[in-house]
Amino acid sequence: MEKLLISPSPHVRSGASTQKIMRDVLIALTPAELLAILVYGWSEILLLVVGVTACVLFEWAITKWMLGKPSTIGDLSAAVTGLLLVMNLPSSTPWWIAVIGALFAIGVAKMSFGGLGQNLFNPAIAARVFLLISFPQQMTDWTATPGFIHATDAISGATLLGVYGEGGMEALTAAGYPTNHRLFFDIGGSVGEISAGLLLLGFIYLLCRKVVKIWIPLSIIGTVALIAGIFYTVNPAVYTGAVFNIMSGGLLLGAFFMATDYVTSPMSAWGGVVYGIGIGVIVMMIRYFGSYPEGMSFAILIMNCAVPLINRAFHSRKYGRA
Amino acid sequence: MTGTILWTILILSGLGLVLAVVLFFIAKKFKVEEDPRIDEIEKALPGANCGGCGYAGCRAFASSAVAAPDLEKHFCPVGGNAVMKQVAAILGFELQEKAPQVAVLRCNGSCEARPRVNTYDGLQSCRVKASLYSGDTLCAYGCLGCGDCEEACAFGALHINPQTLLPEIDEEKCTACGACVKACPRTLLELRNKGPRGMREFVACRNRDKGPVAKKACANACIGCGMCFRTCTHGAIVFENNVSYIDFSKCKLCRECEAMCPTGSIHGVGFPKPLDKEAVKERIRKRKEEAAHA
Amino acid sequence: MPKITFPIGGVHPHDSKFAADRPIEVLPLPPVAYVSMAQHLGAPAKPVVAVGDAVKVGQVIAEPGGFISAFVHSPVSGTVKSIAPRKDLAGNMVPHIEIAVEGDEWAEGIDLSDTLVTAIPDDPAAIIEKIKACGIVGLGGATFPTHVKLAPPPGKKAECLILNGTECEPYLTSDYRIMLERPKEILIGAALMQKALGGCRAVVGIEENKPEAVKVMRAAIAELGLPQIEVAVLKKKYPQGGEKQLIAAVMRREVKSGALPIDAGAVVQNVGTSLAVYEAVQKNKPLITNVLTVTGKMLPAERQHNYLYRIGMPLSFIIEQAGGVPEGAVKLVSGGPMMGKAIANPDAATVKGSSSVLYLGAEDTVRKEATACIRCGRCADACPMGLEPFLLNRLCKAGDLEALEANAMQDCIECGCCIYSCPANIPLLDRFRIAKGQVIGAIRARAAAQKQ
Repeated sequence: MEKLLISPSPHVRSGASTQKIMRDVLIALTPAELLAILVYGWSEILLLVVGVTACVLFEWAITKWMLGKPSTIGDLSAAVTGLLLVMNLPSSTPWWIAVIGALFAIGVAKMSFGGLGQNLFNPAIAARVFLLISFPQQMTDWTATPGFIHATDAISGATLLGVYGEGGMEALTAAGYPTNHRLFFDIGGSVGEISAGLLLLGFIYLLCRKVVKIWIPLSIIGTVALIAGIFYTVNPAVYTGAVFNIMSGGLLLGAFFMATDYVTSPMSAWGGVVYGIGIGVIVMMIRYFGSYPEGMSFAILIMNCAVPLINRAFHSRKYGRA
Repeated sequence: MTGTILWTILILSGLGLVLAVVLFFIAKKFKVEEDPRIDEIEKALPGANCGGCGYAGCRAFASSAVAAPDLEKHFCPVGGNAVMKQVAAILGFELQEKAPQVAVLRCNGSCEARPRVNTYDGLQSCRVKASLYSGDTLCAYGCLGCGDCEEACAFGALHINPQTLLPEIDEEKCTACGACVKACPRTLLELRNKGPRGMREFVACRNRDKGPVAKKACANACIGCGMCFRTCTHGAIVFENNVSYIDFSKCKLCRECEAMCPTGSIHGVGFPKPLDKEAVKERIRKRKEEAAHA
Repeated sequence: MPKITFPIGGVHPHDSKFAADRPIEVLPLPPVAYVSMAQHLGAPAKPVVAVGDAVKVGQVIAEPGGFISAFVHSPVSGTVKSIAPRKDLAGNMVPHIEIAVEGDEWAEGIDLSDTLVTAIPDDPAAIIEKIKACGIVGLGGATFPTHVKLAPPPGKKAECLILNGTECEPYLTSDYRIMLERPKEILIGAALMQKALGGCRAVVGIEENKPEAVKVMRAAIAELGLPQIEVAVLKKKYPQGGEKQLIAAVMRREVKSGALPIDAGAVVQNVGTSLAVYEAVQKNKPLITNVLTVTGKMLPAERQHNYLYRIGMPLSFIIEQAGGVPEGAVKLVSGGPMMGKAIANPDAATVKGSSSVLYLGAEDTVRKEATACIRCGRCADACPMGLEPFLLNRLCKAGDLEALEANAMQDCIECGCCIYSCPANIPLLDRFRIAKGQVIGAIRARAAAQKQ
């Protein structure tokens, strides 16, 4: 008879793999990105191809030539980083900025920490913040590029959050708030912010596939709603409301797809709640009182730092140790 | 402008001064009195923190040595007699020199001699493998080949040979710290005296199965025939449980056992000339004839 | 009635019960039987026969080697040919008694009839004595001597006897078959154990994927008139049959870390054990047979089997009887795919706890190369003890025993849920088994030092 295989138990596995998980994330992001391509046209396709290819290439090159390890691009995590990075850029971003972003995301934020699973910060967010600081002009140029479908009348101009940050409530009202706001289709801002509805659809897909758990996004959105609700109730003339804050900017993109990044979020459910609350508080403080109009990236990065501490403080409930 | 700079400098300097004073008093108040010899000994030690001495590290060794009545239980295998001489001098003890040792592998079941009958598909760790199975060969005593010893060696003296799947010991690098001895779940590695001019003789097998079983599992196994035991004129061979062991305090390095071993499981190391089996066998035969005459 | 389950973790492997509809068949006698002296938890048994002795079926051939140990009986009649170490299924040398089979002559006093004996003896001590004399051990996997479990230490009282009929391991169907075919015997066995424990309620836990068994067992309870026994339907979730998980599911109570089930007022016995208890006490038949499943995905329906085997039959004999190792099987497992042992040596003899010969194909069982931990936390979600395998794995690598103990490494039940669920194929449990042993060793050493 042939040689028998021997190994410690268990002898079967669920068949889950990193690649499958990452593929699910890519699938979940696809609807929003497709809409973005329709609306923003060729320049978005260019960004997408350049961003994702650059991330994958950089990861391949670094593992091959700098670390001398087997390539890890097959797990698709670099592709996810690339897609998230592209979705965090304005459609008018020059392609070379996307390449620099990819280099920072993969080279600095991911591989220099030891690669997948070791990074402290979400690579896509770290890269976005890096680009925002390095190229403030290009990164806040919200001029919508011509797309395949005629989008709306509002082709150019700042985001509503930007308007609010610059000119306060008065300017925002002038820009059409609160009526000029739609769930499934909203132009202005990074490409990934195009449709709250499609992001939600993708997130529901991830929930159904049991890729992510609901606690982190729920606590982020809940905290934002609570804080905005309180401030709005106290003084609606100065502060924006809950719905506006949840639907605006990268909040949903961040809450659904970036704050839930396995590597940079807490392991336990309660830890996730604390992490989410932290993000919610920081994002609202930045939006109301900070000098940046949008605070989601900063909020996630700051809370990323706290994750090791949160993991220390919150553990799962153990059997027989009540 | 100058005012701001001035204030900044003044405030920061003041702050620094206050903190320095606070730190000074705290350091005074919480100072731990320590035997100064601990530092001295630690300096004399190699500083590898390998744990070969049986203590958690060089400092733990030093603090324990200071309190000990003699140096019986304290020996740094890495530094050897040279370092221990210094330690003894610091503590004012007389040093009893120890013979230098080296790790040897008591298994010679190479892939060729000991065919794999199963394929192991778990974590590549000898401990894990040994905890559940007798390994992937028919020998339940031999080297498992996953390299726990290689991992344990802090000096890079052990490497698994990919051809034989057995570890090889680099005598130059081996410090006889004993980490590999502890790491091997089959206790196949043993610290043995290096021997005069590096010459030593040992049985490279621990298979306790009966001859035919052992032979079936591995061509190089000690089959417990007792030939070495009957040949040895120095009483150096301990023969029990179907396997031989050479007591190095009694071995005179005559290599007669090695010549007589039918499976080649007795290894001689460091000898200037390769063993001429026939000549040694002839010598033994003559001696036996003479004895028979007398 | 709402289905109940344990509160923390668990996984849902496909149940693959291919042999569920195959009735139990009796295997022919092998030419030689090899009876292991270490087929129960605790000290090995000591042989009481000598080479050349003639033995009958059911005759004692070895006696307990310690307090936690068990009698071993001859499964066949014939002559003792040797008493020597022999390789077990893992390839390790274990003392075995080799018996050449001659005829099938049973020792006197064993009732081989099918008559159901329903009268329960009055004396609990006599029941336990009988169980001990017949060498009964737990047949759920751990093979803990049953008489020890049925005699709680003074001051502890069993409130509930849980009969484990969950069979939560995929593929296995032996417990299911005996529940279908011998429900009354199992229930009388339970009643005997209730008596031995001084009277307590009993619950038979059965997973929802075995509705037939639930029906048959409930009908048998009604027919026998045993109001003290009820059937609880449990959700299908692995490891439902783990002792601690079953107690939590049935009694809504958790066994404290480091404590025994009896500290929570529970005694858990497998349904197979219960059947063995019935046969021992009512029929005077020692534990020399058991039921085992021969199954695998690649086998057609007619080659799936549930066999009644004589303990000591070589596995290779059973494999041969079942038509040989099928094409495509790369791994043979004794026991379930989650906790069973891969067979390194098919010539090994069956033991009291053998529950299956399971064939696994390469696509199901060959491990994939481990990749980086992505900190997804699936292992922690799956762990039925609420441990954090990702953290323990890191601590194992660092060798930090204190931190491992603080993070409850010693509570691991080795169910395999962590490896099962890991998307990065990290061999978590492989490391944990070793670390758990080290931590328990450290705890015991500390306790011993404190005593002095």
